[in-house]
Amino acid sequence: MDYVIEMLNIRKEFNGFVANDNITLQLKKGEIHALLGENGAGKSTLMNVLFGLYQPEQGEIRVKGKPVKITDPNVANDLGIGMVHQHFMLVDVFSVTENIILGREITSKGRIDIKKAEQEVREISERYGLAVDPQAKISDISVGMQQRVEILKTLYRGAEILIFDEPTAVLTPQEIKELIQIMKTLIKEGKSIILITHKLKEIMEVADRCTVIRKGKGIGTVNVSETNPDELARMMVGHDVVFKVDKKPAKPDQNVLEVKDLVVKDSRGVTVVNGLDLDVRAGEIVGIAGVDGNGQSEFIEAITGLRKADSGNVKLNGKDIFNLTPRKVKESGVGHIPQDRHKHGLVLNFPIGENMVLQNYYKQPYSKRGILNFKNIYQQARKLIGEFDVRTPNEYVLARALSGGNQQKAIIGREVDDNPDLLIAAQPTRGLDVGAIEFIHKRLIEQRDNGKAVLLVSFELDEIMNVSDRIAVIYEGKIVAVVDPKETDEQELGLLMAGSSRKKAGESTNV
Amino acid sequence: MKVRMSKRLIGLLTPIIAVLLGIIVGTIIMLASGYDPVAAYSALWNGAFGEIYYTGEVIRQVTPYILAGLAVAFAFRVGLFNIGVEGQFLVGWLAAVWVGISFDLPKIIHLPLAIIAAAVAGALWAFIPGLLKARLRVHEVIVTIMLNYTALHVSNYIIKNVLTDHKDKTGLVKDSATLRSEWLQGITDYSRLHWGIIVAIICCFIMWFLLERTTRGFELRAVGFNQHAAQYAGMNVNRNIILSMVISGAFAGLAGAMEGLGTFGYVTVKGGFTGVGFDGIAIALLGGNSALGVFFSAILFGALKVGALNMPLEAGVPNELVDIIIALIVFFVASSYIIRKLLDRFGKKEVK
Repeated sequence: MDYVIEMLNIRKEFNGFVANDNITLQLKKGEIHALLGENGAGKSTLMNVLFGLYQPEQGEIRVKGKPVKITDPNVANDLGIGMVHQHFMLVDVFSVTENIILGREITSKGRIDIKKAEQEVREISERYGLAVDPQAKISDISVGMQQRVEILKTLYRGAEILIFDEPTAVLTPQEIKELIQIMKTLIKEGKSIILITHKLKEIMEVADRCTVIRKGKGIGTVNVSETNPDELARMMVGHDVVFKVDKKPAKPDQNVLEVKDLVVKDSRGVTVVNGLDLDVRAGEIVGIAGVDGNGQSEFIEAITGLRKADSGNVKLNGKDIFNLTPRKVKESGVGHIPQDRHKHGLVLNFPIGENMVLQNYYKQPYSKRGILNFKNIYQQARKLIGEFDVRTPNEYVLARALSGGNQQKAIIGREVDDNPDLLIAAQPTRGLDVGAIEFIHKRLIEQRDNGKAVLLVSFELDEIMNVSDRIAVIYEGKIVAVVDPKETDEQELGLLMAGSSRKKAGESTNV
Repeated sequence: MKVRMSKRLIGLLTPIIAVLLGIIVGTIIMLASGYDPVAAYSALWNGAFGEIYYTGEVIRQVTPYILAGLAVAFAFRVGLFNIGVEGQFLVGWLAAVWVGISFDLPKIIHLPLAIIAAAVAGALWAFIPGLLKARLRVHEVIVTIMLNYTALHVSNYIIKNVLTDHKDKTGLVKDSATLRSEWLQGITDYSRLHWGIIVAIICCFIMWFLLERTTRGFELRAVGFNQHAAQYAGMNVNRNIILSMVISGAFAGLAGAMEGLGTFGYVTVKGGFTGVGFDGIAIALLGGNSALGVFFSAILFGALKVGALNMPLEAGVPNELVDIIIALIVFFVASSYIIRKLLDRFGKKEVK
């Protein structure tokens, strides 16, 4: 068999912790090979070994059948291995071309020949259908475009084998479709791709074969055409995973949140929430579906007090909470799982225990007359760590040291424990693995079953469809439709999210 | 098994190694320029601890150093870089002496009043950059640097035109407002040691308690680490920014009171900065911005400063060289990343 890359029986340890244990991955020429595993399973470690950032303790790497020693990323580059990082490595103020040639500049008489470079970039871009403007500045182009620049960077350096590290984590559904198209074009042009992901749907859609690793061990390689998502999930987490969220019908009660004609401007002064109306009732989960950038973030920030709204009406249980401070909103009975857990949700340099009382530190029993009571704080932390299965050595570890999933569980524990009348969950499962997602969905539904209102914002249509009792579609700062998840499908939602009206969308699905 | 060095140990070792490296490089410089390092360092040691008089002087020097270090460290813990400690120190000094010479009160009222006046003056001086930062996002570094010059020249003007009739120096503060103690001077062979060290130690405790044990400190630390999360958690970020500058300035003002009510007992017109405020930056850095760390690093800097005076006398080493050694220590502390990295590698080797 014709393998372009073989990683055979790779073992990598860190201070006694085995991150990769006897993992084998063989990449055929012209295939898309998925590398599947939960967060912390050892995917990144394995790829860093391939990219020369780590040296394996055991095992062998072969490129086109020849054993090689990849001592640093430059060696990997020379062997034709390129990596499209999850976090882009681009200089914001440089142009696309300048970023691509960085380190490989074409010079004539000591000066950069930018014309020639632009020409080359344009040629590569056209050949692979990337449609990137070589002269655009990085800060002016979308995240999806920036990712294409990263792809161009590897191609410009002559990569034959491209490693994509969680490429869809930052993309909108539309951009994901385009990326998949690009990957297929790359394969057609003779490249080979390793796709690191924990999204089963993507694997089913695009990959030829899939290697699964779990807790650092290689579980096996399967042909995607001969498997199904259930089997892949079982291989990844080690037990059966329920995809369809199991829930009883909602029993909605009176309105908890009432938003009328809300108008919010973003930091540049552009009106991004433009006359938004929405009700959320006790005992139901309302999911907000929409493409990123249609005012979701600003809407949530405005009702939680993080951003001043310009006008409108926001009521919680009939009481006005319009433009109150975050603390007042919180005290009125709103819990908020923020979209960005590192920016808003946690003080990463605080122990996880202190993060558990981040909003309640000033109340008894956590403090009295301005003096903190650490005994009670850490007791509460231990309670939540246990109840919400936060995997941490102890409650004194800095929040920074926890994995994303465990950080998120800690935040959810903190917010749910206050038992708020309205729980707002913004992207609660972003970047998490299947096990953690299942856990979080269960908790949201539990809140609903306890008669609380839940507002869910997510860019993942699956999540919206599975968890919500009602779906509100947001487009250009307005709720353009409210639909029942049982009576809609992804196609209709997709059209609504793109701005078609309900009726038209309905017609087109009937065609 | 995991035998990695604990974070705490690394935190403790880093400044010690920085100091050692500073001394080693200092030795090389002395050898290169033809001085005897052994004689020089023993002169340094003798000049700091060789006689009780010197030790008294070291403690006297350490007193404002602790407070200036606390001032820088406190602001830093809330994410602000207060370079204006020097200016706040000068207005504190002026305020303490002003109160000290202007009133006739019983000591139990007069001394605390003079000390508090210094703290309030420093706090007000730091309130300005705090307010500008909180309301208008003006960077505190620029404002505090400018306010240092303003403080220097305004206090010179007041000394010349308000407190005296065109003289360069005020009279001594009243006995009821002095920190000086004949007893302390007596037991240290007539050094200028005064009661201020007690104030400094109390302030170390206050800083630790305020930051680590109170809800206010919880907010200040949260704002220092992550303003967004602090806002999300319902804390008033702007109020905490202003408060941290005010408390920082109060510590700086108290450092001025130590000089005005203790060491000198008066205030003079100055041609330039004293350097205490700037040394405070180095002290806070070496002390890792913690109260205890500042206490120990202030002792080191105080000993170096006082001991250095003996180096030209006993070993013929120029004073400038001592400044170079201090600068080297600061350099190695500032590059503590390198030391951490080395310790890390060292720690890993031990495992194998």
